[in-house]
Amino acid sequence: MPKQITLPDHEAPESTARRKALKCMMWGSAGVLWAVSGGVPRPFQLGSAALAATAGDFTFMQISDTHIGFKAPINPDPGGTLKEALARVGAAKPAMLVHTGDVSHLTKPEEFEMAAAIMKDAKIETHYVPGEHDTINDNGKSFFERFGHDKRTEGGWYSFDQGGVHFIGLVNVVNLRPGGLGYLGPDQINWLAADLKGKSASTPIVVLAHMPLWTVSANWGWGTDDAAPAMEQLKRFGSVTVLNGHIHQVIQKVEGSVSLRTAYSTAFPQAAPDTPGAGPGPLKVEADKLKSMLGVRRVEVVGDKPAMLTDTTLAAA
Amino acid sequence: MLTFRSHAWRTAALAATVAVPLLAGTWVGWSFAAAPAANEVTIDDSAFRPAEITVPRGTKVTWVNKDYDPHTVVDSTDAKLFKSPALDTDESFSFTFNEAGTFKYFCTIHPRMQGTVVVQ
Repeated sequence: MPKQITLPDHEAPESTARRKALKCMMWGSAGVLWAVSGGVPRPFQLGSAALAATAGDFTFMQISDTHIGFKAPINPDPGGTLKEALARVGAAKPAMLVHTGDVSHLTKPEEFEMAAAIMKDAKIETHYVPGEHDTINDNGKSFFERFGHDKRTEGGWYSFDQGGVHFIGLVNVVNLRPGGLGYLGPDQINWLAADLKGKSASTPIVVLAHMPLWTVSANWGWGTDDAAPAMEQLKRFGSVTVLNGHIHQVIQKVEGSVSLRTAYSTAFPQAAPDTPGAGPGPLKVEADKLKSMLGVRRVEVVGDKPAMLTDTTLAAA
Repeated sequence: MLTFRSHAWRTAALAATVAVPLLAGTWVGWSFAAAPAANEVTIDDSAFRPAEITVPRGTKVTWVNKDYDPHTVVDSTDAKLFKSPALDTDESFSFTFNEAGTFKYFCTIHPRMQGTVVVQ
């Protein structure tokens, strides 16, 4: 039975006791145990297999929706909050970093330049996928020139292997159709099938894509029209983690061995899906609340077990 | 065609709207009461408002983005008769419709956002 869980780590306007209860239930039922290794708290799933797998695990971080160029009063300094996020990333000493899109706000050269300069200063190997704010009116040409992956195909999507994990970077933000959601297209889905062909089902898979690969809200355009045929290719694997951005909040869906989770932005929050009276744009919040609604994610892949995802806000101690 | 919203600019746009039917002659009977907003579409809360407008041929239609999110205004057909750059908050885009017909458009950043201009 597919389940969708909202994880409000902050006082979102729609925050309810029910959601908080769900959050507790999720963590409770998952049986999370905190351990400390090298001074960094690490969550483990209870069970000897998970605990025994620490030698071969692989840890990386995710940031998303940095929106360099955003100027609204909610956060006039998205470069500053990105630097704070990167400081947290650096402190965790991950093997690498992934950025799940909307690097820029308006696909402007000066925004890409500023983002690239900040990212370069962080000195962390980073793999990017584009968001729809990075591909305005040029299908991603300027984005791929600066942030495109070394192993990208003509369409910009790619895969690579690191730390025993097969990473797949998808592009679901170009050639969007009137009335539609995110879009992968048949070329990319065929490529995905070929990419996964012959891979052992025990290979841990991590998929990066900007827009959610499930429909969080059709009304707000939070989904991908042709996610289903892509998911079909992935379901035979024992551990599939889909890391999305786009909606500037943490929402998770688990379906079989596939776990999908959206990420915080480092720039500004958005309202919970379909909140009455709100829309999918930036959410106005009090200045002292902002950092509790921005954050970074740590991802620990432990063999073919479900990956451990830990979201931390910029307000956390 | 990209202009920042300002009072002076709005006055100019309004004057242009009124001038068009007078010069055209055939549009004398057109309701002037509806004129001030008849050629303007506001983008607010991730929606084009009004979602459909009807204008006489030769009308310059202006879209003004009042959202914090950027939006585009792009012809939904492959013809791409009109295609705005990304409009940030308070930026606007105008296009003059010289041919009669029904023109559907959308925001390429948020493709669920759609609108229609009917040109008579």
